[in-house]
Amino acid sequence: MDFNDTPEQAKFRAKCREWLEANAELKENKSGGHSDSTLEDHLKVAKAWQQKKYEAGWAMLHWPKEYGGIEASPIERIIWGQEEAKFNVPGGIFEIGLGMCGPVMMQYATEEQKDRYLAPMAEGKEIWCQLFSEPAAGSDVAGLRSKAERDGDDWIINGQKVWTSGAHYSDYGILVVRHDPDVAKHKGLTFFFVDMKSPGITVKPIKQITGQAGTGAGFNEVYFDDVRIPDSQRLGEIGDGWKVAITTLMNERLAVGDAKGSDIEEALILSKTKDDAGEAMIKNDSVREKLADWFCEANGLKYTKFRTISALSKGEAPGPEASITKIVSANKLQEIGNFGIDSGDMAGMLIDENDGVSSFQGAWLGAPGLRIAGGTDEILRNVIAERVLGLPQDPRADKGIAFKDIPTKA
Amino acid sequence: MNLDFSDDQKFLQDEAKKFFDKEGGLSNARAVMDNSLEGDEKLWRKIIELGWTGIRIPEAYEGLGLGHLELCVVAEELGRSLAPVPFSSSVYFFTEALIKFGNEEIKSDLLPKLVSGEVVGTYGIAEDTHQATESNLSVTVTSENITGVKIAVPDAGVASHMILVVKSKSGADLRLVNLEDSSVTITPQKNLDTSRAFFKVEFKDTPSKLLGESGEGWTHIQHLLDQAAVLFAFEQVGGSQAALDMAKAYSMERFAFGRQIGSYQAIKHKLADMYIALTLAKSNCYYGAWALSSESAELPLAAATARVSATKAFQLCSKENIQTHGGNGFTWEYDCHLFYKRSKVLSVLLGSEASWKEKLVSNLEKTNTLAKG
Repeated sequence: MDFNDTPEQAKFRAKCREWLEANAELKENKSGGHSDSTLEDHLKVAKAWQQKKYEAGWAMLHWPKEYGGIEASPIERIIWGQEEAKFNVPGGIFEIGLGMCGPVMMQYATEEQKDRYLAPMAEGKEIWCQLFSEPAAGSDVAGLRSKAERDGDDWIINGQKVWTSGAHYSDYGILVVRHDPDVAKHKGLTFFFVDMKSPGITVKPIKQITGQAGTGAGFNEVYFDDVRIPDSQRLGEIGDGWKVAITTLMNERLAVGDAKGSDIEEALILSKTKDDAGEAMIKNDSVREKLADWFCEANGLKYTKFRTISALSKGEAPGPEASITKIVSANKLQEIGNFGIDSGDMAGMLIDENDGVSSFQGAWLGAPGLRIAGGTDEILRNVIAERVLGLPQDPRADKGIAFKDIPTKA
Repeated sequence: MNLDFSDDQKFLQDEAKKFFDKEGGLSNARAVMDNSLEGDEKLWRKIIELGWTGIRIPEAYEGLGLGHLELCVVAEELGRSLAPVPFSSSVYFFTEALIKFGNEEIKSDLLPKLVSGEVVGTYGIAEDTHQATESNLSVTVTSENITGVKIAVPDAGVASHMILVVKSKSGADLRLVNLEDSSVTITPQKNLDTSRAFFKVEFKDTPSKLLGESGEGWTHIQHLLDQAAVLFAFEQVGGSQAALDMAKAYSMERFAFGRQIGSYQAIKHKLADMYIALTLAKSNCYYGAWALSSESAELPLAAATARVSATKAFQLCSKENIQTHGGNGFTWEYDCHLFYKRSKVLSVLLGSEASWKEKLVSNLEKTNTLAKG
């Protein structure tokens, strides 16, 4: 047992490091970033950084060589990610494109389309988003209702998508819609890519419980009113939409990791420094008990990740252990945010005039969203029970009946 | 990055698993319980024949000369099968104490006999219903002789020797005694998990030998407790996995309201929570195993983390295994109670969960920054 790189991994890390040092600045502290800039500035900086990475071959490590990647192994992607995270560089704009849209285009688009779209996506010239969730289709995303109707060589799309990250600055999107409500739920879906500037598309930022909207990689509602998509932009066969969507969701699962934000380190620093009726909070037994619990969770997740990386490092398939990550980290984030606010007693609820919400307040406001996004706590428990432990699926009330006959209200 | 056991260590674990299954699995613990025995002698003899009591004993003393990681994988299998043998007392504590703190005379006398099974060791810490501390010890050594009472001593009925922490002129000493001395009185104490036996041990002017430095006994025993906490945590993880497996199997075969109970989310989410607790515990155990085997200065923190996490996991898995089994889980006939009882005994055996949380946080208090993974 050790935490060291193999000689090849160390070589790859040094290569990453060398290029990053020549092209970016190390973070001075952990909170360094571009959060204060406007969206336009952030996009400009992010696109320039992506372009730079593209030219040097670091933009889409895992992509096949024929599309400009280097077919990096999972461990190499992890090493690049670890090193890039130490530098003050923008992120959060191209992940959906490179991680989900790119691979689905490679698998299902025509050669001409791949030539046209993949390079600009990798270069950061065109940004992509993913249009799956709907107001009435969240955990049960296959229950989506947006319609596609055939009209000659085109399809006419009507309906609404929701929780679309980055739709407000995206050039293209991947879309799954219902072409046939007379067949069973999963069978009536078809998959497309769409120009986000098409007539009939309206993007509205969602005002979240944080009070923020449309900043950074914020969420949107996307309305489709008689939007025309040529049949040539269909990905997969008519009726294969669910199969294609599943491929991209598998890619998303690989991308969803820890809930970012206040963690045990911050709680510990606060407990040591913050005075509580005459002595440091950490002297309070109820605080000590919480710190012990959070440390067990944070440390358990850290070494769970190390176990996964160890398997990848040996070229083995990792076990299912990483499936616990989001449930544990999002709930811990919520508790630690809550603790940080409580530590201020009555002042804890107040928002600083100059600094805005504190990181604890931000954690507390943001954590409910993290417990839902990318699979709710409840869906993830089902996933662990069914896919990891092998328990039977729930009986489904919508099985084997036409979509239009599925009950939607009491 | 290689936070994993080697192929040889995994092979050893697999062999251990097959061995305990072949020898009857949980039926051994049940037999000890049903017949009020002090342990399974036959199973213990076979473990000695396999050489596992000498895993950590150097080859110069006739042991296998292996490391702590080999002990970790065997511990997980002992925990899975709830093996009713004095392995933890004799191997995690007694043998480690001799290797670390025994002088050459003690080592050359006793280590080979631990390998052959002629000597079985145990340990004594608790003296009363409160938590033992350096300042409240009442068992005392005067000119090499010990007087006083230790309670809840595991396996003293079958052990020939014992290490114990006692009050001395210079503070606390770690001492070695021969339990076969006529000045020692050993009385069984009833306990919640009768697949394991515990005893009150009374000393009256009992001759003893010093281990380590005089006055450093408390520090020495803390180190031994940290080491043992990691190994016990592997037992707890093994037990948690077995309880989860049992709950899973039952939830697939039991029907209610016309379907498998495992198809209800109430059961699925319960089992998912057991899996989550188990996975966190296991990863914390790997960290503990690394700290133990590399003699890292992080051992006290790693041990407390593994201990607290594994204690929580085993208690959760064992009680929810009963719940999943419904009324059957509350019967003597079903094995659920074996895990429930063992989890409770393991959770207090090295000190309560609260005391280990306190150790964990004291260690965090000492560090200024934490490495972010």
